Amino acid sequence: MVELVLPKNSRVQDGRHWPAPAGAGKVRAFKVYRYDPETGLNPRWDTYDVDVDACGPMVLDALLHIKNTMDPTLAFRRSCREGVCGSCAMNIGGRNTLACTHGHADTPGKAVQISPLPHLPVVKDLIPDLTLFYAQYASIEPWLHTETPEPQSEWLQSPEDREKLDGLYECILCACCSTSCPSYWWNGEKYLGPAVLLHAYRWLIDSRDEATGDRLDALEDPFKLYRCHTIMNCAQVCPKGLNPAKAIAEIKKLMVERVV
Amino acid sequence: MAESASARYRTALGRARGLGSSHHGVGHFITERVSALALIPLVAWGVFAALRLAGTDIHGASAWVGQPLNAVLLSLLIVAAFIHLRLAIQTVVEDYVYGFVAKTTLLVLNVFVCVLGGAAGVFAILKVALIGAL
Ligand code: SF4
Ligand code: SF4
Ligand code: FES
Repeated sequence: MVELVLPKNSRVQDGRHWPAPAGAGKVRAFKVYRYDPETGLNPRWDTYDVDVDACGPMVLDALLHIKNTMDPTLAFRRSCREGVCGSCAMNIGGRNTLACTHGHADTPGKAVQISPLPHLPVVKDLIPDLTLFYAQYASIEPWLHTETPEPQSEWLQSPEDREKLDGLYECILCACCSTSCPSYWWNGEKYLGPAVLLHAYRWLIDSRDEATGDRLDALEDPFKLYRCHTIMNCAQVCPKGLNPAKAIAEIKKLMVERVV
Repeated sequence: MAESASARYRTALGRARGLGSSHHGVGHFITERVSALALIPLVAWGVFAALRLAGTDIHGASAWVGQPLNAVLLSLLIVAAFIHLRLAIQTVVEDYVYGFVAKTTLLVLNVFVCVLGGAAGVFAILKVALIGAL
């Protein structure tokens, strides 16, 4: 059955309090999930009183400030710090989003609460294990499939057909959507989840692709595709403003289209 | 949960592909929607009929069921409702129940109970329509 409570060794306990340095300006508390598998201890909430006058406006700025000036052991992923690489996805104030594009002033509540993306194994602190997520992405074969001999130059596509990829190609595979999806929480081993299905649709409607039928075959499954119940969490959280639920609905339409 | 050795050495892609696609699901999807569509007028009619019959005694009610159109529509209401119920419960079981034995047991039980419910309902309607309620 679905697990409604965390196993004993995953329950989050109260952790350390890190006071603001003397002479700090405006202080805001950041309540951060900490876990280090090597200690064998349970995860804990550490609270850092951050001098928000001394750091930039985004949650990632605050995390970097914590790491640089308060606690170098805090682990998280980041790279581009401008919303294009997708590596800083985490749960901030109860919502999955990118730390680098989310302002800490926009986070409601007394403290800014930060935990890793939900329902994934945690590698350390805010770093979830995305191995299966990436493998699921690989499993839909996200590249052009063609049998026609390659043209001299590129495969051509009309501007209208190219437009169909808008709202899909922008996905940065941050996994905010998939890890906000209850169906992916309960059946993540078998359900592909919104991000991967959005990409599956991106290749299904690419006018240059010649494997549409094979792609549909590979998706028609009660678990891989039909676990989506249009709960729409995915569309709510996508930091790029994309709508995976709509892409999934379009895949389901294609499935119907080929039997009627 | 301790990870088994076989799970540890399995590649991620192997895990993601799993047993592959079962190539079905669209039938479930279509039947669920078509039965829902059928249920909209049938349920509306059923509620309307039940309200109209509210003051009637058993003889009046069984005479009403005995009219051919009413008997047919009532039977269709029962059949469509149980088809829809079976598909809906199947979805809930697939969502929330893990483990091959528990899952298949519930799925089979679901079919049995829904078919039984539908058959009993249709039999009751036919009996009242053809022989009378008492
Ligand atoms: S719409 Fe589908 S994919 Fe998106 S959150 Fe809901 S169930 Fe998940
Ligand atoms: S659809 Fe949006 S939330 Fe989902 S992985 Fe892509 S960018 Fe992230
Ligand atoms: S650091 Fe690249 S998306 Fe946030």
